[in-house]
Amino acid sequence: MEKKSDWVKLVKNGIIGGGLSVLLSVIGLVQAFESSYVISGVITMGQIFALSPILFECYLSVRKASTKNTLAALSVGGLVGFVGAAVLAIFVGISHVINIRNVLINVSPDLLSLLTFRLPMAIGLLVLLGVGVIIGVISAAVLSLPARFRNALTQAILYVILLGLFRDLIFTVIIRWGFVQYAFLWLYAQSGLSIPGAIFVFIVVGGLTYWRLGRVKKETPVKRTKQQQSIYQWGTRAIIAIVVLSLPLVLGSYFSEILDNVGIYVLMGLGLNIVVGFAGLLDLGYVAFYAIGAYTLGVLTTTEAVGLLHLSFWAAIPFALVVAVLSGIILGLPVLRMRGDYLAIVTLGFGEIIRILVLSDWLKPHLGGSEGVQQIAQPTIGSFVFGDQQRLYYVILAGILIAGFIAVRLKDSHLGRSWMALREDEDVAQAMGINKVATKLLAFAMGALFSGLGGVLFATKIGSVYPQSFSFIVSINILSLIIIGGMGSIPGVFIGGLALVGLPLLLSQFTDFRYLIYGAALVAMMLYRPEGLAPEARRRLELHEDRVEVPHEEPATVLKTPGELGGK
Amino acid sequence: MLRTLRQRITITDIFIWIIGLAIAGVVIFGTIRTLEGGRYSGGAWLDLTIKGLALGGVYALIAMGYTMVYGILKMINFAHSEVFMSGPFTAVFIALGLSNSGFLNRQPIIGLIIITLVSAAVSMTIAILLERICYRPLRTAPRLVPLITAIGASFFLQYVFRGFYGSGSKGYPTIDILKGTWHIFGIEVFKIQLIVLASAIIMMLTLYAIVQWTKIGKAMRSVSEDKEAAELMGIDVDRVIVFTFGVGGASAGIAGILYVLLFPVVNFYMGFFPGIKAFTAAVLGGIGNVPGAFLGSIILGLLESVGPNLFLTGLGIPSPSQLKDAIAFIVLVLILIFRPTGILGERIAQDKA
Repeated sequence: MEKKSDWVKLVKNGIIGGGLSVLLSVIGLVQAFESSYVISGVITMGQIFALSPILFECYLSVRKASTKNTLAALSVGGLVGFVGAAVLAIFVGISHVINIRNVLINVSPDLLSLLTFRLPMAIGLLVLLGVGVIIGVISAAVLSLPARFRNALTQAILYVILLGLFRDLIFTVIIRWGFVQYAFLWLYAQSGLSIPGAIFVFIVVGGLTYWRLGRVKKETPVKRTKQQQSIYQWGTRAIIAIVVLSLPLVLGSYFSEILDNVGIYVLMGLGLNIVVGFAGLLDLGYVAFYAIGAYTLGVLTTTEAVGLLHLSFWAAIPFALVVAVLSGIILGLPVLRMRGDYLAIVTLGFGEIIRILVLSDWLKPHLGGSEGVQQIAQPTIGSFVFGDQQRLYYVILAGILIAGFIAVRLKDSHLGRSWMALREDEDVAQAMGINKVATKLLAFAMGALFSGLGGVLFATKIGSVYPQSFSFIVSINILSLIIIGGMGSIPGVFIGGLALVGLPLLLSQFTDFRYLIYGAALVAMMLYRPEGLAPEARRRLELHEDRVEVPHEEPATVLKTPGELGGK
Repeated sequence: MLRTLRQRITITDIFIWIIGLAIAGVVIFGTIRTLEGGRYSGGAWLDLTIKGLALGGVYALIAMGYTMVYGILKMINFAHSEVFMSGPFTAVFIALGLSNSGFLNRQPIIGLIIITLVSAAVSMTIAILLERICYRPLRTAPRLVPLITAIGASFFLQYVFRGFYGSGSKGYPTIDILKGTWHIFGIEVFKIQLIVLASAIIMMLTLYAIVQWTKIGKAMRSVSEDKEAAELMGIDVDRVIVFTFGVGGASAGIAGILYVLLFPVVNFYMGFFPGIKAFTAAVLGGIGNVPGAFLGSIILGLLESVGPNLFLTGLGIPSPSQLKDAIAFIVLVLILIFRPTGILGERIAQDKA
C-alpha cells in the first residue's frame, strides 16, 4: 500500500460503494424494507441493503490488496468503509439541509433518520462513519480467517438473514402444523427473528457448516454396485416425485398460486430455451404466442358473446396449440434470413403488433378489446373440476412434464444438434447439409407450441384474458429466467423460474423493484457469468475456452469489473 | 432457364412475396377508397403531414444515437430509448420550477435553452455511463451478449428512474409564446410543430457537420470503417466511442425536449415506442448512415401520422390511429425483408441482416 495510485483506487472503490448505497436509498429499496426486521429490534433489511454495497466494496478491495499483513488489510478495509460511509453521510447531510423530496420522491425525512440509525442528525452521521469503518475492518478480519471458519460464518449470517426476511411466509405454512408453532414463536418476534432465535440459528447453522466442511475431506467415496446405484437413483427420483406432488397440499393455496405462476413461466421458459438457447434465435416477441394461445382458448371456450364454438377445455387445447404453432411458422418464415439484433427487434415488433391488434377497436367484436374475454372454461375430468389453484397445479405440472420430456429428448437428437450447429455458424451448418429453413422453422414452432400451452394454462388459471397481460415485459421475464439459469440448460430454466418468478412473488416488498432487479441481474450475468447459474456443459466449456484463448484481451478490464458494476 | 428459376425460388420467397403483395394491396386499395370517400379535407391532410414531419424530426435525433453507435460498434444500443427518457424526465423539474417562478414565460428562450441543456446533459451522462459499465467490458463478446446486456440495462434504467421520480406521469408546462398558429403562405401551421421541425433540422445539420468535417468526426468514421486499423493510426478508439455515445446521448436528450413540446407528458416508460420507432427509422434509412437516419425518420413520421388515416379509413376500420404503432413495426419488418440495407445504406448493413 505504498504507492499513491493504490490509495486513489481505494478511495475510488469507497466512493463507488457509497454511491451505490445512495442509489439504493434514492430508488426506495432501503425504505421499502425499512420495517422488515431481520433480527427484531436490532437490524432491518433496509439497513442491510443500505450498507451492503459498502461492505461489498470493502471485501473486494481487501481481497484485491491480498496483503499478508493483517494490519494493512484491516486499514484497507477501514479506509474503504470510511469513504463509502462518508459518501452516504454527505448525501444524508445535504438532503437534511436542502429538501430534495420534490424531485427524488423517496428521499423522505424517514429515510434520512433510518440511515442515521434514528439518532439525532449530528450524532447519527458520526455513528454512520463509525459503522462504515467497522464494516470495513470486519470484512478485512473475516477475510483473514481460515477458509473453513469463514465459510461457516458467512453461511450462518446468510441463514439468519433469509430466515428473518421470510418470517411471514414461514409463518403462513407453519401455522398449519400445530405443535411446531411453539418453536416458531420462540424463534421469531413480531417482525424478524427474536434475539435468542437469531443466536440459535447462527450457532446451529454455523456449527453444522463448520462440522460439515471438516468432514468432507476425510470421507472416502462410498463404493456402490450398479444395482445399488440404480436403487439409489430410483429412490431419489421417487422422493422428488412425492415432494413435488405433495407440494400444494402441504403449502396451501397461497403458495400454490405462486407455484402455478412459476410453473407457467417454467413451461414457457422451456420453449424459449429451445429458440434462444438451442437454436440461438433471440426472440423478443415470445409473448405473442402466449397471447395467441390464451386468446384462442378464451374465444373458443367462453360462454360470452365473443365466444365461437363454446368448446370444453380439452377440446379447445388442440386448436389453441395449432394456431400458436402456425403463427410461430408465419413469424418464422419472413425472419429466416435475419440474424442476431435484427431478429430480436422484428420479433419484438411482432409481439407488439399482436398486442396492438388485440387492443384495437377494429378487432373488438371478436376479441373483446381492452375488456378482454371472460368466463373461460376450466379443465375437468368427469365431474372433477380443476377449479382452484391447488388442483390446477397438477395440470400445469403435467404440462411441464410433457414439455420437459420433449425438451430433454430433443436436446441430443438429430434436430437438437442441428439447432446448435446453426447457432454456432449458420453457413458452416448449411454446408454440412443442414436444412436451414426447416430447422429454424421447427425451432420457432416448438417455441410457439410451449408458449401457446403456457398461454392456455394462464387463461384457464385466471379465467379471463386481457390484453394488458401480454406486454413486452412478459417476454423479458422469460428471457431473463433462461439467461439467469443458463442458456440452453434445462435445469437452468427451473432455477431461473424459481429465482425470478417465485422470489418476487414471495416478497411483496420486491414488487416495485422486480424489473429493476431483473435488469441488473441480466447485466451482471452477462458481465460476470454469461453461462448462467446452472450452465449447459458445452457452453461452459466454450466460454472458458474463450478466456484461455485470449488472455491478452484487456486483462485490466476483467480485473476492474467489480468496480464497474459499482459505477452504475 | 425455367428450371433454374424454379430452383432459385423457394417457398420462403413465395410466402414473403405474398405478404408483400397483400400489404401493398391493402395500402393501395385503402388509399383509393379513403380518397374516394372524401372524409378528410385537404387541410386535414396538410395538418397530418406537418405533424408527421415534426415527429419525423424528433425520431431523426433519436435515430442518430442508434445509427452512430451501430456504425462504430455494430451493435444495437437497446437502452438508447432510456437515454432518451432520462433527459426530459429529469428536466421536467427544472421546467416546472422555472414555470412556477414565471421565468419560463418572461424569458421563454433562455428558459427553453436551460431545460434543453439539462436534458441533454443528463442523457449524455447516462449514455456514457452505459458505455463504460455495460458495453466496454463486452466488446469482444459474442454478438448476443451485449444485446442482452442492453436489454437488461434498459429495464434497469427504466425502473431506476421510476424509483427516482415516481411511477406517475408528469406534465410539462406550456409556454405561452409557443401556443397558437402561424400563417405561412396562407396555410395555418401550429407554431410548436414548425419550431420542433426547424430545431430538429438544425440539430441534424450540426451533427452531420460534426461527423463530416471535424477531426473527431473523421476519427469516428475511420473507427467505423476499421477499428484495428484506426487504432494503429493512433486514434484513441475508446475516446471515439465515448464521444459517439456522448453525442448520441445529447442528441437524444434534445430530442426528448422536442418530443415533450409535442406531447407534454413524461413518465418512466415514455422511451419505449419512440426508441423502437427511431430504430426502425434508422434501419429504414440504412443503419450506420447519418443522412439515411434523417430520411428514414421523416418517412416514418409521415407514414405514422398520415398512414393510418390514409390506408385504413377506407377499409372501414374504426379508429385507425390506434394502429399507428403497428404500422411502424410492419414497416420495420418489410424493410428488413425486402431491403435490409435500407434506403441509403449499402456497405455496412450488407453482411449483417
